[in-house]
Amino acid sequence: MNDKPRRRSERRPAPVLVTLGGLGLLIFVVPLLGLLARIPWTRLPELLSGEVVTDALRLSLVTSLAATSIAAMLGVPLAWLLARADFPGRAIVRGLVTLPLVLPPVVGGAALLFALGRRGVVGEPLNQATGLVLPFSTLGVVVATTFVAMPFLVITVEGALRNLDQRYEGAAATLGAGRWTVLRRVTLPMIAPSLVAGLVLTWARALGEFGATITFAGNLQGRTQTLPLAVFVALESDRDTAVAVSLVMVVVSLVVLVALRDRWWKAL
Amino acid sequence: MNRLVFGKLVTLAFFPIGVAGCIGTTSTEVLVSAAASLSDAFGDLESAFETANPGFDVVVNLGSSSSLREQILEGAPVDVFASANTSNMDQVWAGGETAGEPATFALNLLQIAVPAGNPAGITGLRDFANEELLIGLCAEEVPCGDFGRQALANAGVTAAIDTNEPDVRALLTKIEAGELDAGITYVTDVLSAGGAVAGVVIPDDVNVVAAYPIVTLTSAPNPDGAAAFVAFVLSEPGQAILASYGFTSP
Amino acid sequence: MRGLEAVIQVRRSASFQLDLSLQITPGKTFALLGPNGSGKSTTVSVLAGLLALDHGRISLDGTTLDDPDRGVFVPPEVRRIGVVFQDYLLFPHLSVIENVAFGLRSRQVGHAGSLARAAGWIERLGLTGFSDRKPASLSGGQAQRVALARALIIEPELLLLDEPLSALDVTTRIELRRHLAEHLESFAGPRLVITHDPTEAFLLADEIHIIENGRIVQAGTPDDIRLRPRTRYVADLAGSNLVRGVAGGGVIETTGHSLHIADRSVEGPVLATIRPSAITVHLREPEGSPRNTWKTSIDLIEHLGDRVRLRITAPLPLTAEITELATRSLELTEGAHVWVSIKATEIGVEPV
Repeated sequence: MNDKPRRRSERRPAPVLVTLGGLGLLIFVVPLLGLLARIPWTRLPELLSGEVVTDALRLSLVTSLAATSIAAMLGVPLAWLLARADFPGRAIVRGLVTLPLVLPPVVGGAALLFALGRRGVVGEPLNQATGLVLPFSTLGVVVATTFVAMPFLVITVEGALRNLDQRYEGAAATLGAGRWTVLRRVTLPMIAPSLVAGLVLTWARALGEFGATITFAGNLQGRTQTLPLAVFVALESDRDTAVAVSLVMVVVSLVVLVALRDRWWKAL
Repeated sequence: MNRLVFGKLVTLAFFPIGVAGCIGTTSTEVLVSAAASLSDAFGDLESAFETANPGFDVVVNLGSSSSLREQILEGAPVDVFASANTSNMDQVWAGGETAGEPATFALNLLQIAVPAGNPAGITGLRDFANEELLIGLCAEEVPCGDFGRQALANAGVTAAIDTNEPDVRALLTKIEAGELDAGITYVTDVLSAGGAVAGVVIPDDVNVVAAYPIVTLTSAPNPDGAAAFVAFVLSEPGQAILASYGFTSP
Repeated sequence: MRGLEAVIQVRRSASFQLDLSLQITPGKTFALLGPNGSGKSTTVSVLAGLLALDHGRISLDGTTLDDPDRGVFVPPEVRRIGVVFQDYLLFPHLSVIENVAFGLRSRQVGHAGSLARAAGWIERLGLTGFSDRKPASLSGGQAQRVALARALIIEPELLLLDEPLSALDVTTRIELRRHLAEHLESFAGPRLVITHDPTEAFLLADEIHIIENGRIVQAGTPDDIRLRPRTRYVADLAGSNLVRGVAGGGVIETTGHSLHIADRSVEGPVLATIRPSAITVHLREPEGSPRNTWKTSIDLIEHLGDRVRLRITAPLPLTAEITELATRSLELTEGAHVWVSIKATEIGVEPV
């Protein structure tokens, strides 16, 4: 018998784990297979080059990236305040930040409409003062997607800042670094993996947003019809286009997520 | 955690799954898929039918005719389909899902919907070409969107559209809120919105008449209930209810 | 140059108050010796400016750094204090050379210039070739030297070392202690070493301050502390016998005496530690006795609670500790002649 008892780390995982884990994997794989099965492969080039698809793709990429940038510029300072500053009502603020995660996106879109619409609490004075109308505009799409996606960034960065050993920042101070330098050369680089993970999650959420977008920004090809909206509308009349556009979304998302590989898991 | 606690947690995890699986249909249920513009009328039809036929429980599934069509073609267990246009019904018929001939049970006309008080001063379809105004239509793939575009074409107007809403209800909600200056909906929708929405008449020569067909489905789980309901809709009491909401009898 | 003058009063919690004063002249190394929790790290934080005083005053070379009563507080980035932290706290995302150069970059020295200076310090600390390594790949000893270089490069006016050697294994510690002593010597300003290891304090410091529960209980030269501990606590902590000598073949030669030790392999200059309680005292020459037995006399008896410390004289001055009861039964008095005996295995030996 050549079998020597294998060390714990070499043994294959327990069959129960493999079975349950495998079933879990199926939940993700089966819908994807369903999608792939319906793809009209021969018509694909023709479907994907249609204006509906290219317009939607362009809009989706532009708005999701814009939303991610805004989330970063405003979310990082907010996360910093939540993690480091001690102010009354901090727990409430944190609750507010996580609200978009819990609200159905359509409700979020409706709330945005009530607040920022033409007759909205903030929107009406804004419109009368500047003539700016957010609903039914590309900017409106950015607002809606930022609203639903930003919590991901704030939560990820806040967590990272809390877990950061603040003594490093103290050490940097004794070496002569002022507060801004400490932030730039020590704090942010040390939370970089979490920050990247947060940005990716935020971008992915923004890309996939449907309910808030269609409720607040409406649906118009070239102006507000992002990929998810295009799929929804196409599903009613032209199933082949719907499937093709869905494929585009899956491919774009997979490319980005796989490119990050293990790095972002470590950060989360 | 110890074994006992772990075992209890696992058992607890199965509970909601079991409950979810048990939520299903009963034999007294009649599932009716109806176009969104029929929501109020069908609410009344449901109560009236149940009062006259206590053995049945009608469940109304509302949505745009096109998404309801898709659901039926994909095998949803629906008893009755009431569509807002004939083309969606034709597709269901082509899919072999209809049991018998669809019957037209109501007619509807289009009307321009504006927020209460008509703040933008809309007078007719010609105003839809105004870039300054915020104009909404139903999406083209939806009956009211298709008809709306036909009416605009009939009037020779190139509209400056700002949004294509997925269904009539969504369009109405935005008009009611004042976020849109005008949209094209059905007469029945303007009526149902009461004072929140005002209507501007579309002249008969450019207007489009929507014919609403209804049919029982071949894969109906409750064919008796389905047939009874369709008969009720086509009967005098049923037609009276529809008329009270602004529909016209065929 | 006036060095460091600090009067520190900080309340850390309901039960812990730090209350001490330190005056360290330039060129001198002070050690703050005490157990964990006695307030040592708080002292470092306060001197570095990471924590503010409640009361008191800190000034360095005449410049006030912290004076709450007058509303003066100089933030840490402006104080010129070099700190070597207990866990070194090397920035994990920067290479060794970038870590060392960090303080220069922050003080607006050019990038190329700071890297060149950093390279010089890396060489000075014997870390040539390690410039591009990341802290995670360094050994404890290497990391300690990087931390030291990082602190020294900014040419601070005060050097603070918080447990600089405690994270290292014994062999590395002994080797680095030597280098550390050299670097401390060559640093012109005042230096403060925080430690819980008495041997470290004795070997590195000119003056030792013993801290217990936030207060200094005794201060003095290493010999003062060792020979004349004022309290039981100090005696237990630091009142051990330290004898320098040269080892070879199982014997340590010191001036006037030879001590037999258990380890036959150690050679060269060593530091022998003998716990006072390991020395047995007899009125007559004990029989069947360990090799280290000799006749001496007691020149001082100190009562510390239920223990008694006996200072014995020539040929080898040591402090022995026996119980009160034993002292009385042996009727010991100052000036009495006694025999002392120490087992070879009870003598701790450390190369220096």
